[in-house]
Amino acid sequence: MAETAHVTGAADEADPAGGISWEPRRGRLGEGLRAYGLIAGMWIRSTMAYRTSFLLTAFGNFAMTALDFVAILLMFSRVDALGGWSLPEVAFLYGLSGVSFGLADLAIGSMERLGQRVRDGTLDTLLVRPVPVLAQVAGDRFGLRRLGRVAQGLLVLGYALVVLDVDWTVAKVLLVPVALLSGAGIFCAVFVAAGAFQFAAQDASEVANAFTYGGTTMLQYPPAVFALDLVRGATFVVPLAFVNWLPAGYVLDRPYPLDLPGWVAFTPPLAAAACCALAGLAWRAGLRSYRSTGS
Amino acid sequence: MAESETETDTERERETEREREAGAETAAGAETGAVPGARAFIELDGVEKVFDVRRRTGFLRRERRQVRAVDGLSFTVSRGEMVGYIGPNGAGKSTTIKMLTGILTPSGGRLRVAGIDPSRERTRLAHRIGVVFGQRTTLWWDLPLIDSYRLMHRMYRIPDARYRENLDRCVELLQLGELLDVPVRQLSLGQRMRGDIAAALLHDPDVLYLDEPTIGLDVVSKAKVRGFLRDLNAERGTTVLLTTHDLQDIEQLCSRVMVIDHGRLMYDGPLDGLHEAGESERTLVVDLERELPPIEAPEPARVVRVEGPRQWLAFPASASAAGLVARVAERYPLVDLSVREPDIEAVIARMYAERAGA
Repeated sequence: MAETAHVTGAADEADPAGGISWEPRRGRLGEGLRAYGLIAGMWIRSTMAYRTSFLLTAFGNFAMTALDFVAILLMFSRVDALGGWSLPEVAFLYGLSGVSFGLADLAIGSMERLGQRVRDGTLDTLLVRPVPVLAQVAGDRFGLRRLGRVAQGLLVLGYALVVLDVDWTVAKVLLVPVALLSGAGIFCAVFVAAGAFQFAAQDASEVANAFTYGGTTMLQYPPAVFALDLVRGATFVVPLAFVNWLPAGYVLDRPYPLDLPGWVAFTPPLAAAACCALAGLAWRAGLRSYRSTGS
Repeated sequence: MAESETETDTERERETEREREAGAETAAGAETGAVPGARAFIELDGVEKVFDVRRRTGFLRRERRQVRAVDGLSFTVSRGEMVGYIGPNGAGKSTTIKMLTGILTPSGGRLRVAGIDPSRERTRLAHRIGVVFGQRTTLWWDLPLIDSYRLMHRMYRIPDARYRENLDRCVELLQLGELLDVPVRQLSLGQRMRGDIAAALLHDPDVLYLDEPTIGLDVVSKAKVRGFLRDLNAERGTTVLLTTHDLQDIEQLCSRVMVIDHGRLMYDGPLDGLHEAGESERTLVVDLERELPPIEAPEPARVVRVEGPRQWLAFPASASAAGLVARVAERYPLVDLSVREPDIEAVIARMYAERAGA
């Protein structure tokens, strides 16, 4: 925030003409982040007014996602490996995917409601405010309870990191947080792209769920258990593989089902950036079509 | 950090003030004819909006049809005017408002609000306009009213002093004091509407759009809202454009009315002029001493109803009642009389009907 204020000051100084300078000069991204922060902040304060309720829902969120992992544990009570991966290795996959998805869901999970906003016309009320619509949709009903999912993912990831027998190098250590953040970025992009799609088809949030919730479930299992075509799709079409399959493969020295060069494991940030850029374009196209059709 | 931001805000406030003054000067200049046309605050020139409507005509078969919601609309509104914008459902009222606020992009024509092209600079325009949608709220549904206002404060970067002043004023005049801590979803329709109007005014907009501001309100709430809007326009010079189905809104608030139908402007002028345009009639009600056959009234007046000693005479709204009264009093034993103004709803209904028939 201190930085934001500084930027404003600089922009004002750099604008000697002054006259209309009350219209901020900072970029749309800065404006969007500021608005998002304001809205999310308001919802957090409002959540914190009912602390007990927050703790209960967050725990519910934690418990529900934990059941996912219980299913995996049950499987491993019968078998020793899944597609050649041991329990700690699968837990590592699960942790990376769970935390990435949890962060994205926490940040902009409210995008799901966009279709409803288009249907009932409340999107119009967002369009008359002086901040980007995406920030308003994403920040709306910021659900702190979703921290439950993040916490659960972190717990499983922690377990994996403790139990795994890995030769940790600097590259491997660095790759873990990089993969988490890039993964969150990729899932955010999927949420935004799905939101953009809802401008065209307002009931499409179920389709979106296939890629978000479906995607994270798929990533909890090693790529080796899936058909090659699915792995190809998850690598080249909707690049979910960059969330954990590729970086985890490098950390664990596991071969990837597809013949890819080794450095690909380090490209999740690039994949995330590309996804976000594409999702941003899709969002703009969606919003533009809404503004020309009104539906 | 908070300090530095407040500082910037104060600076910005000063800039805004200066800009306002500059704007006032231009307006004054226009009055003397120095800058022709600069007074037009809202300006539409041949604005069109065409929608592609897809309709299912059978299994997997769809028909595409173009609908002109707004068809070559041109008008200007000056700063400080209060204009009623009326028309039947589907006439293009809401579409016009959506284009004026930047929600919708026009398909053709030129549109300016405060010199800004709404569809291109939507967020810049947002600082200058306030919008109230009667049917849906701009407030955050699950949060207390005051939370929405606080968020608006930051979102619009309203200088602290200005925010407090505007909020206090709205709270007092719209009687929101006891509602501030109530979640919006628990407010009654009238309360919510007042809350929405306050929210639209916190950032001192130059123009306020109201889409059906009194829809569903009881008589008391309607009176409150109207009174507030009248004062706002008189004291602050806020330009107001309101769409409504309630013609009392227009009668009590607007000196100018625009009637739109099928996306075209059918009438634009003072409310009184609407009577002439609609060829409306006034009614002279006379009570005679006793039951008599229908009065032989001079053309174009005519008796439209007889009920015992009471008779109703219709005559053109544009004609004087004095002559008619004199003629009737001369020949008939009058006990009492009254003149009824034309019913504006009937006038407008007739206009719509004529248009539909044409």
